[in-house]
Amino acid sequence: MRPFKLWQQAAIAAKVFIQRDYTNGTVCQFQTKFPSELETRIDKQQFEETVRMLNNLYAEAEKLGSHSYIEGCLACLTAYTVFLCMETHYEKVLKKIAKYVQEQNDKVYAPRGLLLTDPIERGLRVIEVTIFEERSLTR
Amino acid sequence: MRNCEYQQIDPLALSVAPASVQNLTDKKAERLRRKWEVFPGKNRFFCDGRVIVARQSGVLPLTLGLIVVTCGLFFAFDCPFLVEHLTVFIPVIGGVLFVFVVLSLLRTSFTDPGILPRATLDEAADIEKQIDTSGSSSYRPPPRTKEILINQQVVKLKYCFTCKMFRPPRTSHCSLCDNCVERFDHHCPWVGNCVGKRNYRFFYSFIISLSFLTSFIFGCVIAHITLRSQSGKSLIQAIQESPARYPLMELVICFFSIWSILGLSGFHTYLVASNLTTNEDIKGSWSSKRGAEESGNPYTYNSILANCCVTLCGPMPPSLIDRRGFLSPEESVPTVSASEIEVPSFAAKNDANMCTQSTKDVLERMLHSSASYGLCLLGTPKTTPVGLEVTGAPARAAETSPTERCWHQTADAPCSPFSTSSTSDSIHSINPAFRLASPSPSLGRAMLVLDEAPDVSFIP
Repeated sequence: MRPFKLWQQAAIAAKVFIQRDYTNGTVCQFQTKFPSELETRIDKQQFEETVRMLNNLYAEAEKLGSHSYIEGCLACLTAYTVFLCMETHYEKVLKKIAKYVQEQNDKVYAPRGLLLTDPIERGLRVIEVTIFEERSLTR
Repeated sequence: MRNCEYQQIDPLALSVAPASVQNLTDKKAERLRRKWEVFPGKNRFFCDGRVIVARQSGVLPLTLGLIVVTCGLFFAFDCPFLVEHLTVFIPVIGGVLFVFVVLSLLRTSFTDPGILPRATLDEAADIEKQIDTSGSSSYRPPPRTKEILINQQVVKLKYCFTCKMFRPPRTSHCSLCDNCVERFDHHCPWVGNCVGKRNYRFFYSFIISLSFLTSFIFGCVIAHITLRSQSGKSLIQAIQESPARYPLMELVICFFSIWSILGLSGFHTYLVASNLTTNEDIKGSWSSKRGAEESGNPYTYNSILANCCVTLCGPMPPSLIDRRGFLSPEESVPTVSASEIEVPSFAAKNDANMCTQSTKDVLERMLHSSASYGLCLLGTPKTTPVGLEVTGAPARAAETSPTERCWHQTADAPCSPFSTSSTSDSIHSINPAFRLASPSPSLGRAMLVLDEAPDVSFIP
């Protein structure tokens, strides 16, 4: 893979996309299959752990429990005006996910020259993993 | 050429008056733009991105007008009589229903229905790479469907040429709004918006409350006329006596509304109870009559209560399009422009026409954008010799000096060549380079394609 320079002053060698896993329906889950491009960069288990944790967080956001039903009924009774002043449960969990992604990037991925992009920035379609080529501009 | 059989965007249709590129470098520091300003779909935004509606408002003003006028007449002419003869709660109930109906309607119209943002260049290239793994020089159109298993049932995912991705299950592309919408139900002209995952519950509460409101008003008007005619007069006399005969008008409106609204409410109650969308029901996607196999709805929870709870009281998903977010320098227009231009490489005629218009809109918007040089699709030309790949950019680094100049300027660079080029070759040749937007391990293929591209002469 040939590197090249971008405005970021770091060379992006490649991008890997982890696609959605729809085997359980339309809930937000990502495939845990380890992409071959990352084999040289990161431990398989480490990566799968990250994806599994993300999947768990999204499952928590979309969980159908008493909490979500109460929120739904309250919203209905107030003609949905309550959403204008209150943060939904999903939004709260999304903040948690953003923090987790940031933390993973700082601790695990950045030292290995990788960068995880929060899936919400890609419309919850993919987890984008950017592989950086360190230091050298050309090979 | 690899894509010589693909539909081409007519470059003449893309002709946009080129703005002076030099000025834009000055503008880049002026203000950060929000994402809604460069949104590729056919939507309109108000209140700095807080409110989203479809481009065609349909008959939303008519819907609002009918509701307001009917309720106004009701409060003005029926309520005084009924408060006197029946109970004071009549206008109270009417008022509550009216407020509920209007709020639900506005909420349905102004909420993002669950629009999926279009795939970035890198994503689109990655998908294409995956479905075209043969990597041969022979042309083959990318397969349009992908089969997956959902709850042990085979479901086909279609590839959306406009949004450049395989549509998630239950997602459909609305041609009126030019967006892929999750859990797409239908595009409602009465509401002036698509009805999808995020606003279905608002739509449902709107039609249910409207059914109650029209039935209530209808009942009250009948009661009004009946009470008037009870004091010995005939029905006709009673109507003539009632203030300005307006109750008759309300009666007519309500009578016709009730049939349609109650019918619609009943239909959507059935859909909610079986966890179906209007789109799926009309197409008969899960009808057991189709094919030899028993194909049930893979999304149902097999319980009416569970289906209702999931659809109406489930967690409220967030808007994926982030209308009010600020555009960062690297993620601005390129994702839109290049993906739009890339479409004709394998789009059907309809898609190409659709994309021509949307590409033209995008290019027009781009020409006035103030994004910085960093988001320039084409990266830093000086350090990128021909043949190398640049993320999100065609690697035409050393082509011509006008191109280089525009690269150094701003993000508008991508549109300048297209806006001024009058040869189909320029679009034609740019396509393969765009298609390889993300660095691909299969460099050999990239080199092959780039070598095959004819020379392009850009007119500044």
